Amino acid sequence: MTNEARVPTRMGDGTFAHLTRSEIRADLVAGSEAAVKRAKVPPLTDEELDHLLDIYASPARFTGVDVGDEIILSCDGTGMKTHATRIQDLQSYEQWMGADLLELCVGDYSLKVVRTILAYEAQYMHDALLCTVAPLQYGVMPNLGLYSKPDGPCDNWNELLPLGKIAEARASQEEAVEMAVLDMVHLADSQYEAGADAIDWDTTGASGDPEFLAALRATRIIREKYPDFGVQLGMAGEFVLGMHGQLEWEGVRLAGLWPKEQLLLAQQAGATMFGPVVNVNTGKSCAWNIARAIALVKPCMEVATIPVHMNAGMGVGAVPMFVHAPADAVCRAAKSCVDLLHVDGL
Amino acid sequence: MTRGMRLKEAKDYVAGKLGVTPFDLSDPVAMTEVRNEHGFGRIHSYAISQPWQANQIEAKFNIARVLDVPINCVEKFKERTAPSGGSR
Repeated sequence: MTNEARVPTRMGDGTFAHLTRSEIRADLVAGSEAAVKRAKVPPLTDEELDHLLDIYASPARFTGVDVGDEIILSCDGTGMKTHATRIQDLQSYEQWMGADLLELCVGDYSLKVVRTILAYEAQYMHDALLCTVAPLQYGVMPNLGLYSKPDGPCDNWNELLPLGKIAEARASQEEAVEMAVLDMVHLADSQYEAGADAIDWDTTGASGDPEFLAALRATRIIREKYPDFGVQLGMAGEFVLGMHGQLEWEGVRLAGLWPKEQLLLAQQAGATMFGPVVNVNTGKSCAWNIARAIALVKPCMEVATIPVHMNAGMGVGAVPMFVHAPADAVCRAAKSCVDLLHVDGL
Repeated sequence: MTRGMRLKEAKDYVAGKLGVTPFDLSDPVAMTEVRNEHGFGRIHSYAISQPWQANQIEAKFNIARVLDVPINCVEKFKERTAPSGGSR
């Protein structure tokens, strides 16, 4: 039994746990060690751990960055028709919720869905740009899986792989990549002509290395066509899954890449903003998760030449996997990323 | 954003163009005055309406001019309102 006071602190699933300061520090150390073990990154220093401890062992309901250290909020999904029209949603985020970068999108946020309504989305973007002040981008998830049967024309590699049909699965993924790149470029064409400031590939790599490849290839093409157009490349996970396993970009195998290597390739492709992701372990405390996240992303900051906007949302970046993320957990994750990583945005 | 500028660089650039310090950029009191002066648009409340101030696309014209950054929708607006009528 300990006499140490217990503080309410969140778990990765959003529930409260009451931990002592010593227990929270132990979690921070364990989270850092978990990152070292998986990704071979340097552990957090004692100073960094102590700083995180002050944040996560505080009983305060809310915390924030120091005055003057404010960063950019690039908010995805702000024009999705959540409570009003999509334009009104964008205006609400700009005027009332402090979004520095707005994003128009559809509710079914996938590339293949949007490809059949390009003109409508371009018209809406055109109109939305007349009614907003903040930069406005168009966002989709590449979501390569939708190009496979039954939703798309390609054979379903998720069905072929368990059957041992590796060559067939790879061929199907390569076919899907070609289609997705074309669609991504067509989308960018229409949005650029509409007047959009940027395009956002959200959750890139959700379907593994083929999807990452499609995003890199499309980004290169788009940036060469439109040098003044932004391309934000946000990832789906901390680790690129090797669904194909043999795909490369400029001689670098994509399967198995961690955030630093992901960023380097995004920069090479011409992306103007990169969003690393670290997935939340819902069985661990948010303190454990933030230490792991910081350790995994810190190597990015040493090589970044473009803005890095850490993904800090539901289930990523030490924000609990809960539909309405509790503000006490979100603000702690945000402050930790700003103070220790010096990210350009969230 | 479209140039891939890191945050510190971007803050220095904008502050320089506006004649303020990077610290001022985070101060809503200071920046309300700056935004009013340059016509950059502001948080508007109908209780404190100022209909003579630039807003929305108008504000973006001013932002592009004062910060000397090309804004795609501003350029498209100019093209579409050109004497040709923006027809294609």
